[in-house]
Amino acid sequence: MLEVDVAKQRGAFSAQLSFRSATPGITALFGRSGCGKTTTVHMIAGLLRPDRGHIRIDDTVLFDAAQGIDVPAEQRGIGYVFQDARLFPHLRVRDNLRYGARRARGRAPRQSFDDVVELLGLASLLARRPAGLSGGERQRVAIGRALLAQPRLLLLDEPLAAIDVARRGELLPYLEHLRDRLNLPMVFVSHQFEEVMRLAGEMVVLKDGAVAGHGDVMAMSQSAAVRDIVGSESLGAVVEGLTEQLDEAAGLARIRVGSGLLQVEAGQLRPGQRVRVQLLARDLILAVTPPVGLSVRNSLAGTIMRLEPDGERAWLVFTDIGNVTLMVRVTEDARSALALAVGQAAWVLVKAVSLRGHVFSR
Amino acid sequence: MLLSADEWQALRLSLEVALWSLLWNLPVATAVAWVLVRRRFPGRTLADAFVHLPLVLPPVLTGYLLLILFGARGPIGGWLQRSFGVHLIFTTAGTVLAVAVMTFPLMVRAIRLTLEGIDPGLEEAARTLGAGPLDRFFSITLPLMLPGILAGAVTAFAAGLGEFGAVITFVSNIPGVTRTLPLALYTALQVPNGDATAARLAITSFTLGLAGLVLSEWLSRALRHQLGRGAVHA
Repeated sequence: MLEVDVAKQRGAFSAQLSFRSATPGITALFGRSGCGKTTTVHMIAGLLRPDRGHIRIDDTVLFDAAQGIDVPAEQRGIGYVFQDARLFPHLRVRDNLRYGARRARGRAPRQSFDDVVELLGLASLLARRPAGLSGGERQRVAIGRALLAQPRLLLLDEPLAAIDVARRGELLPYLEHLRDRLNLPMVFVSHQFEEVMRLAGEMVVLKDGAVAGHGDVMAMSQSAAVRDIVGSESLGAVVEGLTEQLDEAAGLARIRVGSGLLQVEAGQLRPGQRVRVQLLARDLILAVTPPVGLSVRNSLAGTIMRLEPDGERAWLVFTDIGNVTLMVRVTEDARSALALAVGQAAWVLVKAVSLRGHVFSR
Repeated sequence: MLLSADEWQALRLSLEVALWSLLWNLPVATAVAWVLVRRRFPGRTLADAFVHLPLVLPPVLTGYLLLILFGARGPIGGWLQRSFGVHLIFTTAGTVLAVAVMTFPLMVRAIRLTLEGIDPGLEEAARTLGAGPLDRFFSITLPLMLPGILAGAVTAFAAGLGEFGAVITFVSNIPGVTRTLPLALYTALQVPNGDATAARLAITSFTLGLAGLVLSEWLSRALRHQLGRGAVHA
């Protein structure tokens, strides 16, 4: 359990926030730039001293203003992967990796050098110097270096931000690997909801230096706090389900979601895998009678639970499809024409090609 | 080119003095550069200016100030003499001091420049990997400062060989003791028939100075190359 309850004033910016996150797994710190995410992880790492409050991991007090405890960063045993990797330019990759390992005195080695090299695909880079590495390679080395210091918690501060957009997809699977194969709690800072959705179990939403929301990523995906940050274009409920069938000929996988089956592009999915899918509110269609004769592969029957205005001329229709709620964005015009109302039966339609399933195991 | 015994003596003395002052200056200049770049304290600008004073003051004035401070009756010189029996006036040790003071700012400047190009974030990263302050300095900061330290050292050494004003003012012009190359050159110019000696000493000084500058440039380039392009974000 990571417990953070701190306040910090820095010039015009002030942060006052408190949250707890269950370990292990990935907790995302999510928010726009300038909301205090980096300030928060700096305080957890011990690189920035809070004005008030306390920081604890399980029974270990790392900082407590009232008790006068402030464990120096070098003794906290917290790994930190910086946005800009910060590899040591005068050391080869191998020696960068070993830098922390040599200084991890007293902590039981959980990750071996060979395992980390294998996990992050670093074997071919070991003899190289940081200057010759690509952005993604640098971040992988930085992650390996932090892991080999045998940390009890790993902080990742937007590790994808300094990598060009086309290459971000290459690093994400490595992060998924870490989450699935290491029993290590991680705090992942991001302003991209898609990254959060693929990696994190729970998320803390930060706004103007305060916690605007905190909870399970699926529940939070429908919260006002997240909606406020991602905007209506990228808004969509995140759902989880087991892959039940694979139709290889059609290239589709069927995932059990609520009381229905959702067809998504198969990609690398295998039966039995737990999968996460985000259904963007703007991609969904709502029908008030059972639809027939459509090309749309997904039609999930449900009940309208709630309607909320979304901007001037649109509404978000929260529809329950069997203990799972989806958000559908409809125009004001459609709402009045169909006379949408709470309690009404409805069918949520979505094209299989607009859905990507991401394997998610916890 | 053959030098006379006196000329050799001046050359050897110059090399000796420049080397000793370099050895004294290396750790001090590195520490001072680090403090000036990495620490924030009241009076930092003033301290910075003070370090650089010998660059802008007339060397004769620096020599005079040394005389006041380190002379037999000066506050520091008197104490050194009473407590340790160290004499600085008219001695080779005093020559080393004068050259060290004059070349100090050159070294600090070169080291500072490199240090300013080193991302302090690297030291933060080292902290999170378990490195304490001294460990961070020796494993990260110092190796990255090497190009600047070497360049500064070579420049200071070359400049030290040629220091004139402060030396002659502080420790006078004693053959074999304080008469370095430039002092010997000056002396040769003062006597009749000294032209040949002056010419040989001039060529020696010129060659040493040029070699020093070329070496300094070459060293810093080689090191920078070894560290890779990402090393210095200047």
